[in-house]
Amino acid sequence: MDINFTAEEEDFRSQIRAFIDANLPPSIARKVLDGRRLGSQDYVTWQRILAAHGWGAPAWPQQFGGTGWNAVQQYIFEEECADAGAPKQLPFGLKMVGPVIMAFGNQTQQDRFLPHIIDAGDWWCQGYSEPGSGSDLASLKTKAVRHGDHYVVNGQKTWTTLGQHADWIFCLVRTSTEVRAQEGISFLLIDMKTPGITVRPIIMVDGEPEVNEVWFDDVRVPVENLVGEENKGWTYAKFLLGHERTGIAGVGRSKRELKTLKAMAARQLVRGRPLMDDIRFRDRVAHVEMELMALEITNLRVISADRQRGRPGPEASILKIKGSEIQQQLAELKMQTLGHYALPRIEEGLEADWQGDPLMPDYPLQAPAATGTYYSNRKVSIYGGTNEIQKNIISQMILGL
Amino acid sequence: MDFNFTEEQLALKDTLRRFVRKEYSFEHRRQAMASRHGFDRDAWNTFAELGLLGLPLQESLGGLGGTAVDSMVVMEILGEALSLEPFLSSSLLCGSVLNAVPVTATLQELAAQMMTGRHIMALAHYEPGSRYDLAQVSTTATATAGDWVISGSKSVVLGAPNADTVIVSARTPGGVSLFLVDSRAPGLAMRPYATQDGLRAADLILERVTVPRQSLLAPEGDGLKLVEQALDTATAALCAEAVGIMDRLNQTTVEYLKTRKQFGTMIGKFQALQHRMAEMVVATEQARSMAIMAAIKVSSTERAERAAAISAAKAYVGNQARFVGQQAVQLHGGIGVTDELDVAHYFKRLTMIGHTFGDYDHHIARFAEAL
Ligand SMILES: Cc1cc2nc3c(=O)[nH]c(=O)nc-3n(C[C@H](O)[C@H](O)[C@H](O)COP(=O)(O)OP(=O)(O)OC[C@H]3O[C@@H](n4cnc5c(N)ncnc54)[C@H](O)[C@@H]3O)c2cc1C
Repeated sequence: MDINFTAEEEDFRSQIRAFIDANLPPSIARKVLDGRRLGSQDYVTWQRILAAHGWGAPAWPQQFGGTGWNAVQQYIFEEECADAGAPKQLPFGLKMVGPVIMAFGNQTQQDRFLPHIIDAGDWWCQGYSEPGSGSDLASLKTKAVRHGDHYVVNGQKTWTTLGQHADWIFCLVRTSTEVRAQEGISFLLIDMKTPGITVRPIIMVDGEPEVNEVWFDDVRVPVENLVGEENKGWTYAKFLLGHERTGIAGVGRSKRELKTLKAMAARQLVRGRPLMDDIRFRDRVAHVEMELMALEITNLRVISADRQRGRPGPEASILKIKGSEIQQQLAELKMQTLGHYALPRIEEGLEADWQGDPLMPDYPLQAPAATGTYYSNRKVSIYGGTNEIQKNIISQMILGL
Repeated sequence: MDFNFTEEQLALKDTLRRFVRKEYSFEHRRQAMASRHGFDRDAWNTFAELGLLGLPLQESLGGLGGTAVDSMVVMEILGEALSLEPFLSSSLLCGSVLNAVPVTATLQELAAQMMTGRHIMALAHYEPGSRYDLAQVSTTATATAGDWVISGSKSVVLGAPNADTVIVSARTPGGVSLFLVDSRAPGLAMRPYATQDGLRAADLILERVTVPRQSLLAPEGDGLKLVEQALDTATAALCAEAVGIMDRLNQTTVEYLKTRKQFGTMIGKFQALQHRMAEMVVATEQARSMAIMAAIKVSSTERAERAAAISAAKAYVGNQARFVGQQAVQLHGGIGVTDELDVAHYFKRLTMIGHTFGDYDHHIARFAEAL
């Protein structure tokens, strides 16, 4: 038993760090570190920088253009990217639809879609949830009826993250109502430019548009865009959800947020002394740091168990629950460092070029995003399967209750 | 022992509730929030007609001399309505300063204007580096021939962008003193903004703002005592507002558990959610008890007793409010984190109440000091 990284792994880390130092545009990193608004172009820019270096798909096998890195290397890579303030690599292509196409798609689909996930030529979004089907995803109603060489799709998806920028959406659709709910679902790839698709943004609790409603009105989708077999979509979806959960622990990003939190708390004063020296606040930071230490090792244990078993297991739910709670606590503490400066909503402070306000010289540069991020982070215990559902999974799949 | 409200209090509660349910819908509030002043002038005038704006002012000022329990009744309803009007920042907070200083004809005139809703006030005490520590005042006021000259900065002054007069605290040779300052006085620069829950506030920079001698409120050096008492009064009221919001969130969430269906059944059938909801109700009842305690003890003539009670209530209610707010969002699933539903707005207000006039850590420290 050894929880330390090997010399080779440390060496790998140095290479990654050197690359990021040299290639991550500081203007983008600054936005991430100070919580400023990211534009879609920021994600694309970073993804293309990685792709040009052959690192566009850290978790994919080499045959599909990936790095072929093992899970520990991927983990180190994510941690270093997060620490430096790189935008998150969007999961919809890389962690969701990509692996499904690799595992269940045909050669044509693999050739058409995989390269453009890596080079950010296609922006993907995930069309699973519907107004009436959230936790109970298998009850989804969006219908695809086959007419010759097309499916005609009708229905509504919702909560589609960043769908406003998307070129493609992967959807779960109902192709049969004759059978058990799970057995009548298919996995379709749909071009967002197809006539009949309407996208409406949903404004979130922090005032930002992040998710969308997507309507399908007689949308014609060529049958070539069916992944795998008709009515087998549920199996593919479950395969995908396992992948989604492994990434959701967010240990690397939380480690970075913990650093930022400590730096913010060191600068804020309480009765003339740094907030970080205030015993009540310090203990709060200590509590979340302990949680994070534990989660980091749990995460590595789950990764190595997945590797031995060859597929993700239900333990991923542990990562989702703890990972989301930690992200929420860190955001809450960052807000708390500000004291009464948690209250102002300084809109322009979310823009990259905002340098502070002459009439508020003591208002910290990270302050404008802090409260909104706390609000917004309530979502992390909801999306990707709510924490209640994760607990159901643990009690059913691990405990057999 | 008597936990009943008086006939008058019940009538007030009923009238106010009927008004906000009819005239102050969530959509109406959204429009008011986006308007220039950020609140609804008509509702504010109705508050004046209902006597709300005179309620916190004592009779010698021409007010109704209401108690903190009366204010609690009002604040619970304003919480339910997510009211944007400056009742807390003007009527209660500044009203309670005015109640505590020697009555003058000028103050009576000011009070009369406040009661009609025409005159709005704000209290500028906290400073950029003070956090929640009341004693940290760096703003200074220097006496000249017939005037005071005030310089310094004030932060997150609730209601300031709409205020006609600001009560400014400043250090003078005799200690911390309070001054009435016209919000349009030369040398007073205001940085107005919306707060994270849709109210209005501002940071102020005062550069040699000159006010006449008689702008000094109360004896010089009494400022801290007055501000502390006023903030305690307003904090008790905030506790009541939080309880009003928690009640509302609980009702809305129970309703949602009964209507939202997943897995072929209403989600309220899941025992995990039943227990969570039960915990939310327990938290709210405990918070209500503390809010009642705060409303009674805020009138204590013993400073130490009052401070301990208010801080215990604020810390405790804040913690319960945090739980109820977070869980109400969680039990709504995705729709709970959207701007569309009122749930997120109640959650935001509860969160900001937690950071207004001292957060949990501040108040538990103040309470613990008294043990
Ligand atoms: C910010 C955000 C981004 C998202 N992005 C996407 C996306 O890109 N694509 C996509 O397809 N979806 C996306 N989602 C949708 C997300 O997956 C759903 O919101 C989630 O699955 C919950 O569904 P729901 O919102 O309908 O809540 P519901 O399922 O209605 O749940 C309401 C409450 O009931 C609880 N509950 C439900 N069933 C049970 C049970 N059996 N036992 C105990 N408690 C239960 C839930 O935990 C929750 O607290 C996103 C959601 C959010 C908030």
